[in-house]
Amino acid sequence: MHLFRRATSRSGRRRRGDPIVNRWALLAAPPIAFLVAFFLVPLIVVSLRSVTDVPRPTDDLLANYGRFFASAANLRVLGNTFWVAALSTVVCLALGYPYAYLMNIVRPRVAGLLLIAVLLPFWSSLLVRTYAWQVILRDTGIINTFLLDGRVIEEPIPLIRTTLGVMLGMSQILLPFMVLPIYAVMRRIDPEYSRAAANLGAPPFAAFRRVFLPLSLPGVLAGSLLVFVLALGFYITPALLGSPKDTMISQFIASAVQQRLDWGIGSTMAVILMGLTLAVLFIASRLIRLRDVFGSLEES
Amino acid sequence: MTDSWRQPRRLLLLALGALTVFFLMAPTLVVVPMSFTASNALTFPPEGFSTRWYEKMLTDRQWSTGFVNSAQVAFLTAILATALGTLAALGTIRGRFPGRSAVNALILSPLIVPVIIIAIGMFSVFVRWKIAGSFVGLVLAHTALAVPFVVVNVATSLRTMDRNLELAAQSLGAGPVRTFRRITLPLILPGVLAGGLFAFITSWDEVVVSIFLTSARFRTLPVEMWEQVRQVVDPTVAAVSTTLLAVTTTLLVLVFVVRRQPAAR
Repeated sequence: MHLFRRATSRSGRRRRGDPIVNRWALLAAPPIAFLVAFFLVPLIVVSLRSVTDVPRPTDDLLANYGRFFASAANLRVLGNTFWVAALSTVVCLALGYPYAYLMNIVRPRVAGLLLIAVLLPFWSSLLVRTYAWQVILRDTGIINTFLLDGRVIEEPIPLIRTTLGVMLGMSQILLPFMVLPIYAVMRRIDPEYSRAAANLGAPPFAAFRRVFLPLSLPGVLAGSLLVFVLALGFYITPALLGSPKDTMISQFIASAVQQRLDWGIGSTMAVILMGLTLAVLFIASRLIRLRDVFGSLEES
Repeated sequence: MTDSWRQPRRLLLLALGALTVFFLMAPTLVVVPMSFTASNALTFPPEGFSTRWYEKMLTDRQWSTGFVNSAQVAFLTAILATALGTLAALGTIRGRFPGRSAVNALILSPLIVPVIIIAIGMFSVFVRWKIAGSFVGLVLAHTALAVPFVVVNVATSLRTMDRNLELAAQSLGAGPVRTFRRITLPLILPGVLAGGLFAFITSWDEVVVSIFLTSARFRTLPVEMWEQVRQVVDPTVAAVSTTLLAVTTTLLVLVFVVRRQPAAR
């Protein structure tokens, strides 16, 4: 019935009376079919397995969820996942905001170089970068060798297999997702506002705090949201740089499926992770336009 | 402006910026020189200069087949994802149909759904379809992950192109197919090519889904690296890393070149 409803034209190009489905729409059919078959169906199957792959045939549909929440170890992993994601967000914000601010005030050529410094790592292999952190941080790694040779320390300090190691690796990988949205918002702030504040007698820091900072907050929110959501799903980095204590939910899902062959609990955790991701995105969508988050990535 | 750089606050900002650049670059700055070390251990700064670890990478059967597999998978993924992504961009930007925002969400969701969930989901389904651990299965999986990057790039080109050129072609008697082939496609070609390059990079660097969808007989370079990085400490892994980085960086430079190209003449 939608097919025959008259279109309310926004673009102005479509004439009144055109059907709501046009011929261009047909082109979207093959990619939609592809993504449904090879992306959406797998996600649906995982969700179903969380209720059907129960330990005993007599168990009810929510048995796996009961099993998950009954275990203190599982809840610890869940808590740790949130903790590490929150820490990464804070570290990225602390480094990313000044960086974006710097990009915004330097000459265009310097800003271009700073942008390349962000984009090159952004597009290079996550595994390679994690491996590099391993080489830098391990007991026989660069930092420890340097400090031992300089007789600053007697024994290697624990850097790898610590939360600090995971933090360093994850922040380095996630930093571009913080810098790019903040920079995109800052670039749109009219410099006249800050100038007006200065002309009205505001000292530089007050002008920044009262005028520029509030205007840049949408970028801060967008970047923090993106970093937090992406951090929730990290797998490779905590696996290579963390200790068993730093286990995140993705590692738990992988080991449940690969080693314990426990698809029930593995897919249950997958659904929980998915739910958390969607919940964060939903809450965020009340605060900011999600389009801005992804839009800022498109611009870069 | 120049004087203001001497203010302590500006200097602090500059120092912090320099530190951040160093932090972002540190992994690359470490891995690349180390891959050329002459010694058996990963020491920094590297001792001597040698390409022996690259020779080992190319002569070792596991590494070299991994390299070939990765290149083939990435190449096919790029082609398939470019075709599907371009269609999707045309269909969702030019097309009018109910549920368009849901379709947009579906297309972009591979970017945001945690990759481990995608991995176990695809594994679960592909086992039943008997394509788990196969070349075809991996190409299909990587294509689903790469489509969003193509869509984003083509969509940008589509939004910024001048549609009057199409109207002109049509009023001069060109049919829809001819208009698309001679006018629209050349105009969006930079976006299409950039999307294809990003699709190649996505597949080339992908690890998590590949860990689940490869087998001992069929492995890509990142999976081989993942298997070895936890046990082996010889500098071959650094050579492999540098190779992975070199390919990605070259393609990124290509993206910049492609985007600078003036569209159709």
